[in-house]
Amino acid sequence: MQPILEIRNLQAGVEGRHILKGISLTIQPGEIHAVMGPNGSGKSTLAAVLAGREGYDIVSGEVRYLGQDLLELDPEERARAGLFLAFQYPVEIPGVNSTYFLKAALNEIRKHRGLSEMDAIEFLGFVKDKIKLLELNEDLLKRPVNVGFSGGEKKRNEIFQMAVLEPRLAVLDETDSGLDIDALRVVSNGVNKLRSPQNAALVITHYQRLLNYIVPDFVHVLMDGRIVRSGGKELALELEERGYDWIAREQRLAA
Amino acid sequence: MSTAIPTIEEFVRSDYKYGFVSNIDTETLPPGLNEDIIRAISAKKNEPEFMLNWRLRAYRHWLTMTEPRWPKVTYPRVDYQSIIYYAAPKKKPQLGSLDEVDPELRRTFEKLGISLDEQKRLAGVAVDAVVDSVSVATTFQKDLEKHGIIFCSFSEAVQKHPDLVEKYLGSVVPHTDNFFAALNSAVFSDGSFCYVPKGVRCPMELSTYFRINTANTGQFERTLIIADEGSYVSYLEGCTAPMRDENQLHAAVVELVALDNAEIKYSTVQNWYPGDKEGRGGIYNFVTKRGIAKGRRSKISWTQVETGSAITWKYPSCILVGEESVGEFYSVALTNNYQQADTGTKMVHIGRNTRSTIVSKGISAGHGQNSYRGLVQIRPSAAGARNFSQCDSLLIGDKCGAHTFPYIEVKNDTAQLEHEATTSKIGEDQIFYCNQRGISKQDAVNMIVNGFCKEVFRELPMEFAVEAQKLLGVSLEGSVG
Repeated sequence: MQPILEIRNLQAGVEGRHILKGISLTIQPGEIHAVMGPNGSGKSTLAAVLAGREGYDIVSGEVRYLGQDLLELDPEERARAGLFLAFQYPVEIPGVNSTYFLKAALNEIRKHRGLSEMDAIEFLGFVKDKIKLLELNEDLLKRPVNVGFSGGEKKRNEIFQMAVLEPRLAVLDETDSGLDIDALRVVSNGVNKLRSPQNAALVITHYQRLLNYIVPDFVHVLMDGRIVRSGGKELALELEERGYDWIAREQRLAA
Repeated sequence: MSTAIPTIEEFVRSDYKYGFVSNIDTETLPPGLNEDIIRAISAKKNEPEFMLNWRLRAYRHWLTMTEPRWPKVTYPRVDYQSIIYYAAPKKKPQLGSLDEVDPELRRTFEKLGISLDEQKRLAGVAVDAVVDSVSVATTFQKDLEKHGIIFCSFSEAVQKHPDLVEKYLGSVVPHTDNFFAALNSAVFSDGSFCYVPKGVRCPMELSTYFRINTANTGQFERTLIIADEGSYVSYLEGCTAPMRDENQLHAAVVELVALDNAEIKYSTVQNWYPGDKEGRGGIYNFVTKRGIAKGRRSKISWTQVETGSAITWKYPSCILVGEESVGEFYSVALTNNYQQADTGTKMVHIGRNTRSTIVSKGISAGHGQNSYRGLVQIRPSAAGARNFSQCDSLLIGDKCGAHTFPYIEVKNDTAQLEHEATTSKIGEDQIFYCNQRGISKQDAVNMIVNGFCKEVFRELPMEFAVEAQKLLGVSLEGSVG
């Protein structure tokens, strides 16, 4: 089977700082991978590089997404090809209606998939169930994108968008940060409902608690720009119990 | 962030699609301005004595005036002796017979997307087409006549309705008003005239389309609209010009008069040639627009979408004389490359319980400089007057500027005024967020800009709102697609 994502020895930085120092990771369809690590370890840089954010320099390495060279693609081409990033800090776009925005996004992706564009009425029918899944109020669709949303609403809105856009690979960048326990449950429930044998997810988080709800197949520990340890879901529990320091100490010993 | 800024700039590079020159046989007067030229213009138009005298008075007054230097715009001094003040396509049709319009002119307007052919024209819009100094065609005149509505070129109005012209010409913008209004009064050669009689609701949109074609000419048109008691009219003007390296002057005057319970809605989609990416060429758009809400409960509403011109200097204003009269100003002004705009409005409250609303949206991109300048004046007689002003600026990139100069003068303490202002910037993070959802950079910029302008666009007549959105898109269009 063709992997969804293959990262080989990826080195990247921003503004002259070398942040990712050689990452390799392969994600197969149906898998959920968690990337954990302390602050400043390069987690968000990894998400940004995968999504194609401007200003990041690729030093070396390769990323293949569904067999194609991901780093060659513009951010919108990556999105249309089914790569979705749930933002750590969702962006407000004043004046742009949420329905209009999301419909435009969906139609770009549908065009890419060779499907016909949805009109406003079809679209509203299509999103109705998905908005319920995230326990969001329907009037959110009438509001400008993320404007006046609470922190929790913004995060749920990200997962709602993900539910609508049906990505092959979802990258969740600290989706749990700033969420209370109820919102965390709702968001996780949304992500779990979208799990399928064809799709995959890369869940980036600082804390283990999200992984109680979204149970990963693999956990990777990112420290100082390198994956220093990989394991199953039990690795996350060990981290929760012992913190990140013991891995850091082991690293230093090994060096 | 700084590394990403050039990408946004790519979008604000635009191509002007109306920059062609038509090969039309044109008759021109020699360049320069003196009393002989004014007499020649008046004679060419076969004007009655009062018109010539009015022009000469204006000219003599103009000689005593100096060009205003207070707007926040910079440009080299205009040499008024090098401008051609009169240029007209030679083959002028007989009035009222559209079939005789020069085919080349017809093609010019077809290229601009304006059909002078009544059958092909979208139902519900009558057009007066003005090229250089004269009106070349007016459509649907006969249909309008059935309702008693006069819609014709200014020259025709001078011939056929001199009484109305004499009564209202200069009654809102006197020839002494300002430097450019005085110049216009002296040399204006055509424009549109409209009179809507008592109680008539004009059944279609009226529109004037202005085109500067000849090199080195100035365009000085004059529009006069009178809405008699209880009438309603919606009027739209559009304009384009060829691409030329030198600057051309456009100094128009628009006067609106609304009597008791009458309403005039005046919309402008201004797309004069803005100059090239280095700021060479483009139109100087120095325009005086003013309406008087003379009657009780009368209403004047200005909506403008300003995307063209090298320099824009205009303040469509409302003089609210009638009790409970209403003035509105909705504006989108976009400056890209090296364009400069100093625009806004004046709301002068004289009558009791008069109300005004100002919504101004300035968009600056490239090296564009955009200023809002507005006056809200409450005279002592204007008890219970109310004003709401909102001025928002949107910046695209980091080399442009947005400025706001609100003037508020209140002489009656029962008045209520509100002023809101915001400045925002299209951020790389907003663009990236859209990109990450599959939306291209250009679509993202258009989406954000259109969202920003929404409150103004919804004031435009339906089909023009769509046009205005497209125009903004084109004005911000770049090389990435």
